[in-house]
Amino acid sequence: MNWLIRARFKLDYGAFSLDVDLELPGRGVTALFGPSGSGKTSLLRCIAGLEHAPDGFLQINGSIWQDPAQRIYVPTYQRPLGYVFQEASLFPHLDVRRNLEYGMKRVPVSERRVSLDHAIELLGIGALLAQKPGTLSGGERQRVGIARALTVSPKILLMDEPLAALDLARKQEILPFLERLHDELDIPILYVSHAPDEVARLANHIVVMGSGRALANGPLGETLARLDLPIRLGEDTGVVIEARVGTRDAEWHLVRADFEGGSLWVRDMGTAIGAPVRVRILARDVSLALVRPEQTSILNQLAGKVVALADDTHPSLVLVRLQVGSTPLLARVTRLSASLLGLAPGKEVWVQVKSVALLG
Amino acid sequence: MTFDNPDLAAIWLTVKLATLTTAILIFIGTPIAWWLAHTRSWWKGPAGALVAMPIVLPPTVLGFYLLVAMGPDGPIGHFTQSLGLGLLPFTFWGLVVASVFYSLPFVVQPIQNAFEAISERHAEAAATLRASPLDTFLTVMLPLAKPGYLTAMVMGFAHTVGEFGVVLMIGGNIPDKTRVVSVQIYDHVEAMEYMHAHTLAASMVIFSFLVLLGLYTLNPTGRRK
Repeated sequence: MNWLIRARFKLDYGAFSLDVDLELPGRGVTALFGPSGSGKTSLLRCIAGLEHAPDGFLQINGSIWQDPAQRIYVPTYQRPLGYVFQEASLFPHLDVRRNLEYGMKRVPVSERRVSLDHAIELLGIGALLAQKPGTLSGGERQRVGIARALTVSPKILLMDEPLAALDLARKQEILPFLERLHDELDIPILYVSHAPDEVARLANHIVVMGSGRALANGPLGETLARLDLPIRLGEDTGVVIEARVGTRDAEWHLVRADFEGGSLWVRDMGTAIGAPVRVRILARDVSLALVRPEQTSILNQLAGKVVALADDTHPSLVLVRLQVGSTPLLARVTRLSASLLGLAPGKEVWVQVKSVALLG
Repeated sequence: MTFDNPDLAAIWLTVKLATLTTAILIFIGTPIAWWLAHTRSWWKGPAGALVAMPIVLPPTVLGFYLLVAMGPDGPIGHFTQSLGLGLLPFTFWGLVVASVFYSLPFVVQPIQNAFEAISERHAEAAATLRASPLDTFLTVMLPLAKPGYLTAMVMGFAHTVGEFGVVLMIGGNIPDKTRVVSVQIYDHVEAMEYMHAHTLAASMVIFSFLVLLGLYTLNPTGRRK
């Protein structure tokens, strides 16, 4: 099987138009990322068939859902997809269990791969089954909404800013469940978001949207480290590195996360040795030195090389793209420092990482 | 309070007329209400106004035009004659047809309001859960519109029970065929049988009160989101 999603859509609503031609991985989490009005939700709705774009082409892992050349247009209710709305949109007249059963009953038994119990267990909603949606909290409603989307045994999961309507605490409540989805279900997830922290935590692949166009499309780590990334992330500028827990230092409560080209000491969150972890390093937390700094509180010092420099959000700042082994990193330094250190492509530097966020 | 036989016949005829009218209106009112709730067509305004006309028209005006339309030279008359049904004026079925027009807005509007209040998201969610449009209508839209249907049934029934002008124009005053309670009361008053009229009139007052009480108890508005 060809693990690939091909999506080509054109919409024209006058003030807003969508024009994309994308090839996306047929596995893992792909973030559709961009500011509001950038067309990410419209693209997701086109893929679901909720937005009618009859001239579009859509192929999901080998099956064609739309192809004007073959006169194929599969209506939404025949597309094997799961859709999570920004607001959970549970049926208010049905209790949680019957909301979950609604989709499952409509899928032929032979095509069911996700059991009701599995969906309930995955999202931790066993205690809520007899309740009506009106009595649930926002976070609970959204978990039920996600579980309901899974009960149709989808071939792709489409999530439209599922956390946007929730406060920080509710987000923290749901994020671990989203990570489990990714780990336990072998289906591609398209995740619409405008929040860099969610993308950094969940996505493997990213499509950056702007004005109805796909401005960038690539693996997360590589794409975030691009200096020409067409949208400004400001304080959120940084990279995400896939690493593995190497050793544990029990005395100082630290673990060493090893990645291609180096390693970082991070807070010990109880992750098992050998387990994959994802770390996020913001450009503002990276500083550069020409000689190895000594007698400093900064634990993580990596030998790297300057690849390129680019303008940053303020004229006093530059963004430096670095290479540590084969892993790209970004550093934000003042233009003055860059000049004093003589930073230029090819220059060897010591990379100091002040803070690392372990994303689990 | 006792009813004599003509009174009982009038009550029975009224109940039969109102029940039939309500049942027919629920069937033809649903697609009209659905269309009015969802169309973006230019025709929505004129169609909505047309449906609402019986609210403002004097019943005699409506009755007059229905009488003409159902008469031997009217379009409805032509139609019923071509089917071999004869003419409708001064028959029970003539009253049913007239009542359907007369009570139409009282059934269509609550259902239309209920449909309009249902978020488009619910239909979209149902579609992503493999429900076909008809399936969605039956399993999501109808249950969510239930309060609207309850109101529509009660209003349609009660409004048909209360009609007078249209009945006189279309049905006249034929015992067991077109003499409904409201006409019967009028007859009693004309004949100076005030006590008799009072019995029927009071029972109508009680009936109306109970119907509305039931509606407001079963269907509390303002408490739902």
